Amino acid sequence: MLDILMGAISLGLLWAVMTIGVFITYRILNIADLTVEGSIAMGAAIAAQGITMGMSPHAATLLALIGGMTAGLVTGLLHTQLKIPALLSGILTMIALWSINLRIMGKANISLLRMNTVYTQLETLGLDKVYAVIIIGLIVVFALITCLYWFFGTEIGSAIRATGSNPHMVRAQGINTNTTIILGLIISNGLVALSGALIAQSQSYSDVQMGTGSIVIGLASVIIGEVLFGKKNFYGRLISLALGAVTYRIIIALVLKMGMPANDLKLFTAITVAVALSLPVFKQYLLPLRKSYKGVE
Amino acid sequence: MVKDVCKTFHPNTVNEQIALYNVNVRMREGDFITLIGGNGAGKSTLLNCVAGVYGVDRGTILIDNSDVTRLPEHKRAAVLGRVFQDPMMGTAANMGIEENLALAYRRGLRRGLKWGITRRERELYREQLKWLGLGLEDRLNDKVGLLSGGQRQALTLLMATLKKPKLLLLDEHTAALDPKTAQKVLEITERLVKENNLTTLMVTHNMRDAIKHGNRLIMMHEGRIILDIEGEEKKKLTVEGLLRRFGRISGEEFANDRALLS
Repeated sequence: MLDILMGAISLGLLWAVMTIGVFITYRILNIADLTVEGSIAMGAAIAAQGITMGMSPHAATLLALIGGMTAGLVTGLLHTQLKIPALLSGILTMIALWSINLRIMGKANISLLRMNTVYTQLETLGLDKVYAVIIIGLIVVFALITCLYWFFGTEIGSAIRATGSNPHMVRAQGINTNTTIILGLIISNGLVALSGALIAQSQSYSDVQMGTGSIVIGLASVIIGEVLFGKKNFYGRLISLALGAVTYRIIIALVLKMGMPANDLKLFTAITVAVALSLPVFKQYLLPLRKSYKGVE
Repeated sequence: MVKDVCKTFHPNTVNEQIALYNVNVRMREGDFITLIGGNGAGKSTLLNCVAGVYGVDRGTILIDNSDVTRLPEHKRAAVLGRVFQDPMMGTAANMGIEENLALAYRRGLRRGLKWGITRRERELYREQLKWLGLGLEDRLNDKVGLLSGGQRQALTLLMATLKKPKLLLLDEHTAALDPKTAQKVLEITERLVKENNLTTLMVTHNMRDAIKHGNRLIMMHEGRIILDIEGEEKKKLTVEGLLRRFGRISGEEFANDRALLS
């Protein structure tokens, strides 16, 4: 049981990086960006291929980050310069990345067994891989949260936040919303690819399919985080995302343990997200009911 | 200054509509122009053309003698202050009051990786908010989404003038408010314009407001300017007089219930 829990926590921390990326587009920019499905696999592909070719795992991970940022840039340009709707821009990049990822890897999957990864150093100190992943995951997540907290407090960061809230106002204050949208997409997809690179190294393989459904997992984590640990200030919100991603993984591990077939996982996740997203609608129906009760009293 | 501006929506289609037809306005520094007209007269279109929301088909737009006709909206914003009809449009609802002000305080400046708000600014904001007299000075961190429409318009006005604009554009900024709040926002507008000696263009549906405020009144009809009155002549205007003159020039009744009744 402890093994399962630790496994879930380690995986959750790595997915937390992705969740933060999804949060930036979905909550801050107010865009549902499907590029992430491609960029998470891209991060895995770049890291795996880089390591196989003899690069240092850290350099390969950094390269994955840059690759993801490029994917975000492409989506951003499609959306802002060619005026393609955001959702479609993301889908186009996602589809294109499928071929690109196959090109990067040269085949559908790469095994990283017995290769050096970013976790190897800690493992040689005698740590189990799970704990090595947890430590690295914690370091990355906290470094990210600190960086992002700072960044979104700066002048540029504030402008990006405002863009998602009200683009008219942002333009009226002399800010080019195209720039802020592109910046947000770059950062988001960079993080998602970084997450992909870390995940591939922790599970010792990269697969071109690994991105399928990842946006839904990211959204589920964002929503779980907000519902269970939601905080008003920005720092608290970022932390709640990480907690949400970990919680999601624990929930999944538990339902699998309870005997749910792994094949039903995506259905389960999709239903969870659909229910969570529709909560405001249900509330709208339920709230007047409650009020009318009060009126009777 | 607006020179020979033409604007057609949906050209060469069945929905073609000429919104502005050879419009010329020369504003002087310190002018407070009220722009009035019925629905579809082209008032808001003119304002949006000046602000750069729409491009123009023909003509030039000069602000302080520099040609901005081809400049995108966000670049023109450096010298423009804008308040919209919809109170939701002027502020970012899920950001704090001070964050909104800080965004406005940097209008026209390069934004970098410096922290978004400094302590010194915060004092300035508090002072300015106090000046509004709406009790917002103690709510710097409150999300703007919590404010009422009137408060949001007052805040947007403050944001539009925090960095003194060369031209303040008010697009029926009181039309969505109840009459009492509208009066209050207009009063704040008047004070802000006077104190900062702002050149202002205010679009309004309300004839009484158009007569009461500003030193110059322009009336538009079907994409053209049909009346431009200023100084002593404007001071003597009445709603009835204005309606009469409108009827004489356009040959029509002033077809706008909202303007008549308000």
